[in-house]
Amino acid sequence: MDLKLLVSISGSLLVARLKQTIVAGVGVTFSIAMFITLLSFMSGLNDLLDGLIINRTPHIRLYNEIRPSDLQPIDLSERYKSHHNFISSIKPKNERLQIYNNGAIMDFLKSDPRVSGIAPKITTQVFYNIGAIDLTGIINGIDVEAENKLFLFQDYVTDGNYIDLKNTPNSIILGKGLADKMLANLGDIIQVTTSKGERIKLKVVGFFQSGLQDIDIAQSYASISTTQKLLGESGSYITDIQIKLKDITLAPGLAKEYQNLFDVEAIDIQTANSQFETGSSVRTLISYSVGITLLIVAGFGIYNILNMMIYEKMDSIAILKATGFSGKDVNRIFIGIALTIGIFGGALGLLLGLGLSWSIDQIPFNTTALPTIKTYPINYNPQFYVIGVVFSIITTYFAGYFPARKASKVDPVIIIRGK
Amino acid sequence: MNQIVLEAKSVSKYFHDPITVQVLNDINFTINRGDFVSVIGKSGCGKSTLLYILSTMDTDYGGEIFIDGESMKNKLEVELARVRNEKIGFVFQFHYLLNEFSVLKNVMLPGLKLGKYSEKEIEHRAYEKLKVLGIESEALKKPNQVSGGQKQRIAIARALINDPLIIMGDEPTGNLDKKNGEIVFNIFKELAEVYHQSLLIVTHDQEFAQRTHRIIEMEDGRIIRL
Repeated sequence: MDLKLLVSISGSLLVARLKQTIVAGVGVTFSIAMFITLLSFMSGLNDLLDGLIINRTPHIRLYNEIRPSDLQPIDLSERYKSHHNFISSIKPKNERLQIYNNGAIMDFLKSDPRVSGIAPKITTQVFYNIGAIDLTGIINGIDVEAENKLFLFQDYVTDGNYIDLKNTPNSIILGKGLADKMLANLGDIIQVTTSKGERIKLKVVGFFQSGLQDIDIAQSYASISTTQKLLGESGSYITDIQIKLKDITLAPGLAKEYQNLFDVEAIDIQTANSQFETGSSVRTLISYSVGITLLIVAGFGIYNILNMMIYEKMDSIAILKATGFSGKDVNRIFIGIALTIGIFGGALGLLLGLGLSWSIDQIPFNTTALPTIKTYPINYNPQFYVIGVVFSIITTYFAGYFPARKASKVDPVIIIRGK
Repeated sequence: MNQIVLEAKSVSKYFHDPITVQVLNDINFTINRGDFVSVIGKSGCGKSTLLYILSTMDTDYGGEIFIDGESMKNKLEVELARVRNEKIGFVFQFHYLLNEFSVLKNVMLPGLKLGKYSEKEIEHRAYEKLKVLGIESEALKKPNQVSGGQKQRIAIARALINDPLIIMGDEPTGNLDKKNGEIVFNIFKELAEVYHQSLLIVTHDQEFAQRTHRIIEMEDGRIIRL
């Protein structure tokens, strides 16, 4: 009963000052809308940029590396165990880059419940022959279907069909930049020289564009069997195993586990690409601070309007208090006004923010670096909307709190005698 | 019938700003049920100050106030608000109606705050009060659409809504012309004599005061005639 009465008084005061109320509400609406649009857009961009790397990077990569032995002979000597040893006479030997026993490793990984998928890969250096010139580059031998499933390979193949790589023997998909240099068209035959000096002819079945120039001018894709042929290796030759996990955060721990278990090198995505996370978090931080600043400015607007309202309504406050409303009741009335502005303004702001985000989502955004992107990226994360609402309520509450406290302390005697 | 509704025991009051001045000095009196009392005195003699102390709105005073036999000392702000709501009706020189609400709702507000009756009942009671004061036809208008005399009658209806123990008035006829002042006086008189309503009216209208049951005259913060 009491609350209902206070709400009805709040409502009447609001309606009596409709114009001011609307101005205050619009302030909140605008700031919430901008907050949401800004965050959605910024986070869309972040996802896009991270996706450039993360979609194409395995969460864990297993490989072999040419490296020196961990223990030099002197380290094994009992006698010098407690000494500081600096003699390193044993150099790295010519180890093969192949992952031994990879069939068993892959079977094991496929049955690991934490792993969502694996794709074997061979990376090898080659020379692309263009007339008299040789360009250095890399051919990635891939399991076409697994690669497409895990890393959305087809998104980056701009010309030709990715599956031809599997179906056409001795075929290759060239990086767009590389193809331009080689003057190669679809269906052309190009020639590469392997590091062992063999020359092989390959048919161009497609071009890919990764968005990263350095990759596009040097790399190309072939199927695993073609690459094995290129290198003159057997069908069990694999240099990399790429692993995607169900939970990316487990990557560093699992990388260590696999490193010990399989006696290979393992690197996780967090270690390999730490700079991207830093960039994303800084961008997110900036958008949050701008958004929150907007909200605080809107809060000051509400504060001002409520203050004015309290000066105008001094008489009403005094008579309410004289006829038995306590300071607490008056306080609640004005907090109620502030929260009403906050909730309605905030709700409209959510809709407006959604609308604005949607409009940005419709603006064409074509760039040669990002073939799959047609419009500006937007992330419609509901989290932003929740934060927006919570924040609009908190700021308007505080914007209302101080004027309401002032109103609750109005001394009716001074007002009534002042007339 | 001689029940005491309001008692002041050696009430004193000081103003400290800019220098300490004693505005009330050892005020003692009682008001019984059905008394129609006026407080008169020259401007600045402390009669309004006394009224606000009696009304519990001013809590900074010496001595003690009893309303309905209950001391008002050491009560919380919320409790005092409750006392004002339930036991005191106010009529001021200016009507202080809320323009946001209809006349009827203005009268109902203190009743709704008290919450003793349902909203429907309070509305009915508010109509009754307006009828007694002859302004029920204005019930649905906004206060800024009625005349000054009618506004003051609405304020009286508002003061009556919770059947208060005592009605306190601060120059209730001060802003009214002769005719309307007469109407308001007659209403007060009728309330006191027909409904045994206690009234304490501060005024400096001598003619008004002469016709009340009892006059308390003040000078320089003291009562000189009871």
